[in-house]
Amino acid sequence: MFEYCADPKSLEGLTWLSCYLTSGTHMQFYASFGTVLLLLAITAPIALLFGFGGALAARSHVAPLRWFGKIYTSMVRGVPDIVFFMFVPIALDQLFEYLRSRVYCDTSVPVRQGSDFVVCAAAKLPRATSPEWVHDSYGMFLAVLAFSVVFGAFAANVLYGAMNSVPRAQLETAEAYGMTRRQMNRRILIPQMWVYAVPGLSNLWMILIKATPLLFLLGIEDIVYWARQLGASKTQAFAYPHPDWRLYYFLAILIFYLLMTAISERVLRRISRRLSLGQATMAGEAMRKAGA
Amino acid sequence: MSCGQTILDYGLRSIGIGEKLLPRTEFDFCTQVTLIGSGLIWNLYFGFFALLFGFFLANALAMAKASDSAWIRKPAEWFIFVFRGSPLFIQFFLAYQLFVLLPRSGIEIFGITIATSWLTKAWAGALIVLILNTTAYSAEIFYGALQTVPKGDLEAADAYGLTGWKKFRRVVWPTMMRLAWPSYTNEAIFLFHATTLVFFASFPAFAQQGDALYYGNYFADKTFNPFVAYPIVAVYFILLTLLLTSLFGLVNRRLNRHLPGAARRVRYRPQLIR
Repeated sequence: MFEYCADPKSLEGLTWLSCYLTSGTHMQFYASFGTVLLLLAITAPIALLFGFGGALAARSHVAPLRWFGKIYTSMVRGVPDIVFFMFVPIALDQLFEYLRSRVYCDTSVPVRQGSDFVVCAAAKLPRATSPEWVHDSYGMFLAVLAFSVVFGAFAANVLYGAMNSVPRAQLETAEAYGMTRRQMNRRILIPQMWVYAVPGLSNLWMILIKATPLLFLLGIEDIVYWARQLGASKTQAFAYPHPDWRLYYFLAILIFYLLMTAISERVLRRISRRLSLGQATMAGEAMRKAGA
Repeated sequence: MSCGQTILDYGLRSIGIGEKLLPRTEFDFCTQVTLIGSGLIWNLYFGFFALLFGFFLANALAMAKASDSAWIRKPAEWFIFVFRGSPLFIQFFLAYQLFVLLPRSGIEIFGITIATSWLTKAWAGALIVLILNTTAYSAEIFYGALQTVPKGDLEAADAYGLTGWKKFRRVVWPTMMRLAWPSYTNEAIFLFHATTLVFFASFPAFAQQGDALYYGNYFADKTFNPFVAYPIVAVYFILLTLLLTSLFGLVNRRLNRHLPGAARRVRYRPQLIR
């Protein structure tokens, strides 16, 4: 980046380090922290939406919808989340390609041939002719979807519990006022449930942060990928030769995550305080007494 | 090849007994169930020993966190913060790199050479990380329970003239365990789930001897069909979870035996993951 970096072999000490840390590959490493934050920013709202849908479905009066909701909310209970992270992207990829193959290909050719999954070129995703960035963003798209599905299930679990914690008396009052089920949901249940959902959702956010390095398993070039690439020992053939420094790169990542969780914890504590205000819970009561 | 023969060949493959090579062409249902089941041995090994060691360390750490002396409390708080605040996945990577950097010939202390190469193997290195990790999570649970031991219980202990170790042993510790147990059950379940990460985070699977997910992933890669192998892994883990819940439920009953009606069913709530 700097002008004196033209010939890195002649440099020493801090100047060498300043050039090393601003090399092109390092810039990609720093950008991959952005990838992690981007994943968090996209996944959190989508997962919340999925969770909301799942929780409402689990409370539904329509039996098939309720079964779907119940299965979705309970699917993450007994199975390690990593299994889902491995399973969902391939499963979705094959599902998309299968659906496309029924449209674009000869439907008499079976998709599964022995130990192979074959679709014709027209049904391939992403298309072989697509530019590089399409391939990259397709991978990211599948990853985001996998994270959303899994964390949606966690969120559905939390929200379902929160909806059940809203005092029955409040809902009965709403019924007494002649509200329909829909009005009741919108005016009473959903505004009231957040305070019960916040501890669970806060926890979920922490879990989500700590699950982001699993992006590496999905083949995304994330911070773990770059830490392994950059930290591995470099011979003299490279511009910046150095021994195995992966330990330091992983230490940097560890510190990044510690900062993320520490900051989140503070913010979430504030939100929970705010939401407890005026609620018929222990925390709300304590705040009322302190104020009076 | 009959299914019985497959079980003989691959049933203990994950610990190096039976066939040398993994199946390359035949991926029938029986083979997949057998091999993934054999991989589960590793998950049980990691989970069991991490829980066993972690339990005692966590008790000590919870006491340290509750200590009045800052010299004891601060390190405990930091330990818990570091291990609970960072992803287990990164902890595995970090630990592996650390163990690799140790001199291969061993460290010499007072003329005795201590071998270090075993630390880079999954059975030891990953187990150490899991122990430290579960210690931190469990210590937080135990500490939380310790803070909620009812005042009346302590006053009753004082009234009986119990002090020091006797008071702790007879009153504080059993109550703490009783209060912590539902959350600790969750922690145990998640620990077993977390063991699936081991062979995906640096630690090499020696001679392709891996855990359940390692073999599940192997089959999914070879057959391009995730719809068989992963559900098998999932079913194994659901069974394992049910087993754990009932075992911990028994302990919970025993811990609450003096309180008729108090032994609520341990509700499984995914509150703690790494």
